[in-house]
Amino acid sequence: MRVQTKRALPVVAVAGVAIPSVSLAEWTINMSPGVTESSNQIFDLHMTILGICVAIGVVVFGVMFWSIIAHRKSRGHKPANFHENTVVEILWTIIPFAILVAMAIPATATLIDMYDASDAGVDIKVTGYQWRWQYEYVDEEFSFFSNLTTPTDQIQNRQAKDKNYLLEVDNPVKVPVGEKVRFLLTSNDVIHSWWVPALGVKKDAIPGFINEAWARIDEPGIYRGQCTELCGKGHGFMPIVVEAVPQEEYQTWVADQRAAAERERELTQKDWTRDELMERGESVYNTVCAACHQPDGSGSPPAFPALRGSAIATGDINAHTDIVVNGVSGTAMQAFGEQLSEVELAAVITYERNAWGNDTGDMVSPKEIMEYMSE
Amino acid sequence: MSAVADTHSQEHHHGPASGITRWLFTTNHKDIGTMYLIFSFTMFLLGGSMAMVIRAELFQPGLQIVQPEFFNQMTTMHGLIMVFGAVMPAFVGLANWMLPLMIGAPDMALPRMNNWSFWLLPCAFLILVSTLFMQGGAPNFGWTFYAPLSTTYGPPSTTFFIFAVHIMGISSIMGAINVIATILNLRAPGMTLMKMPLFVWTWLITAFLLIAVMPVLAGVVTMMLMDIHFGTSFFDASGGGDPVLFQHVFWFFGHPEVYIMILPAFGAISHIVSAFSRKPLFGYASMVYAVGAIALLSFVVWAHHMFTVGVPLTGQLFFMYATMLIAVPTGVKVFNWVATMFRGSLTFEAPMLFAVAFIVLFTIGGFSGLMLAIAPADFQYHDTYFVVAHFHYVLVPGAIFGIFASAYFWLPKWTGHMYDETLAKTHFWLSFVGMNLAFFPMHFLGLAGMPRRIPDYALQFADFNMVSSIGAFLFGATQILFLFIVVKCVRGGEKAPAKPWEGAEGLEWTVPSPAPYHTFATPPEVK
Repeated sequence: MRVQTKRALPVVAVAGVAIPSVSLAEWTINMSPGVTESSNQIFDLHMTILGICVAIGVVVFGVMFWSIIAHRKSRGHKPANFHENTVVEILWTIIPFAILVAMAIPATATLIDMYDASDAGVDIKVTGYQWRWQYEYVDEEFSFFSNLTTPTDQIQNRQAKDKNYLLEVDNPVKVPVGEKVRFLLTSNDVIHSWWVPALGVKKDAIPGFINEAWARIDEPGIYRGQCTELCGKGHGFMPIVVEAVPQEEYQTWVADQRAAAERERELTQKDWTRDELMERGESVYNTVCAACHQPDGSGSPPAFPALRGSAIATGDINAHTDIVVNGVSGTAMQAFGEQLSEVELAAVITYERNAWGNDTGDMVSPKEIMEYMSE
Repeated sequence: MSAVADTHSQEHHHGPASGITRWLFTTNHKDIGTMYLIFSFTMFLLGGSMAMVIRAELFQPGLQIVQPEFFNQMTTMHGLIMVFGAVMPAFVGLANWMLPLMIGAPDMALPRMNNWSFWLLPCAFLILVSTLFMQGGAPNFGWTFYAPLSTTYGPPSTTFFIFAVHIMGISSIMGAINVIATILNLRAPGMTLMKMPLFVWTWLITAFLLIAVMPVLAGVVTMMLMDIHFGTSFFDASGGGDPVLFQHVFWFFGHPEVYIMILPAFGAISHIVSAFSRKPLFGYASMVYAVGAIALLSFVVWAHHMFTVGVPLTGQLFFMYATMLIAVPTGVKVFNWVATMFRGSLTFEAPMLFAVAFIVLFTIGGFSGLMLAIAPADFQYHDTYFVVAHFHYVLVPGAIFGIFASAYFWLPKWTGHMYDETLAKTHFWLSFVGMNLAFFPMHFLGLAGMPRRIPDYALQFADFNMVSSIGAFLFGATQILFLFIVVKCVRGGEKAPAKPWEGAEGLEWTVPSPAPYHTFATPPEVK
């Protein structure tokens, strides 16, 4: 139910209502124009090229089907014997070439526009992880992860699917309307690709490199997209939700986020009880770890070992911390030291050592993690 | 063109060996061609059954049949098996059977190597398929195996995959060398280059493409092997490498590769359209030049597969323009086929049905290719089902229909019997309907925003996915009928004359049907 309460988006007023999946489906057959100038330009290009292709197709297939119908042997048609005609052959080389030039001109102009990411008002660094997105507001000193919130029960068909099945996240990335927003894209592991069709933005997030893309959204709204580069088993399960809001609302939200980030930093100094850590740890585990190690800690060996009753989660606590903080090189186990706060690290390690009958009774505090990390 | 000379006396003391050794040790181009074709069809069914798993999972939203890990293995293996196991060996099989017959040669130029290039293939695919049973599963990173998903994050079986690709590559390169050696050296007297049948021309050019790019593929998988096992960092930024380098090298192989899979079909279709229109090909010379132009252009367009990786603007523009240019020679080919049919005397036996469908549907795939070439629009199409629709339109009704058309066209020559025309037409129409039902809705899905290679999807994509799955099941099941038709044709049927098709031209129709074990021991004279 945690997931249900977090789904605060207004569009999802129907959340929880059981609707048969097919009744929601649409027979959409074309691209939609989107909500940015770039996406509109792309849409126009798309329609122009499609139109040209259809026109050429009608002419070429028209001639062909005329032959198929009229020039049949069964109708007694005698074959002509013509072949090679230089004029015709030159014409059908030059005319397509001219059409291509005509297509290339608007395409070039659009491309040049799309490549100009200068003078952006907001910079958001987008980092792809297996399998979620992190958004860092570069000038505002806060960042957060954006995880899929569709419950496993819906994916496994044990529960009716909601309207935004697989396209819903806990923390959408918020951007102001009417302002040029620059996205700086990179990845922490494999190549991902950040695509929001309504924005006309698709750019790969490549580990070790930074790509840029930009969008100026004209109207407030919620725009959904998905990862479009195969990135492992969770590739279909790392959606993107962009929430475009008016400038004032955006400023308020930024201020709130900054304050929350500050509070989070202060939490590290607090004295935590084991129960508090367990509670926090469960939520961290379910958003960050459960995709591979499974909600019940059973893992999916050999790539993703079980944590329930494992030697690591019930053995030496320092070795356990080392693996969570630094990862295991050459495997899918990432270094979470950079991704999670001290509180989250302490909570999740404590949780893993006490959940599912591991019952070691251990706990590690955020302060201890901080000391560990500074060593 | 002169008739075949002296084949009957040859038959007595040079028949095929008996038993399994005939097939293991054979150096006969017809035997090897047959083995290639059987192997290819086996792989087609295997890869196809994987496609059935994929379509069954995508029949409805939610995870029903397989989990994402296995789904990714299915998409990967489906792609690899279809490209390297089904389409490429089928064309090599056709080349083995037909090139010597078409140019009046007694056999391929390098018959022992021919045997080896075939027998490497089952070995390579045994290794590749065995990865499905290994711990950690088969390769799961897509047939394009992008690093670092395939290196740092790949399953342990990746090493076996690399080894299998190396073996396939050796096989292809040897096959290509053989084709070039045969065509350049063993043509019948009088057959100048510009008198060669188009299937021979397209295969000659394809063979050069193979020799040029298969070593590049071998290079890229070797770099992967080094990254995985020997501590290099070709594709790892943390060691000074670049994951995008992988894509450049891979697509430098990969783009010519798609023409390797279609050019021989262009050649075969040209013969078939001309034969069943009872009219010479409209522009033989321009067809040859067009294939040459396509082959050359195929080397300078690779980055159109990478428009979203962040290629600089000028690079983006270059690859967009170069890619659009391919439409010109491709257009020339389509116009030529249509002009050949125009005012002919057309009949529609199975080869012609497949050929006409080829022209129409391949052109649709060409149109979507042109749309994909427009870089800004590609940002919306890239890695969606629109791309899946595009390349299945060029590969299924392109390459595969080209192969079916060729098979029906030459089956009488191979077996000495006519195939069952009614069944073959049924095969065509069921394939045609199934294929369009499976792949046309994928255009809509892509434009509506469905990414490719996902095991589960949002609800707005449900309807078309169901339609697509139904079409795929129909297409898949229909291929069993093809097996039945071929077996029936091999076992008996109406006796085929030397030239079963009224309008067919070429030396292959001058030898009896079935073609004797040895043909053209004395070269024919071409005027």
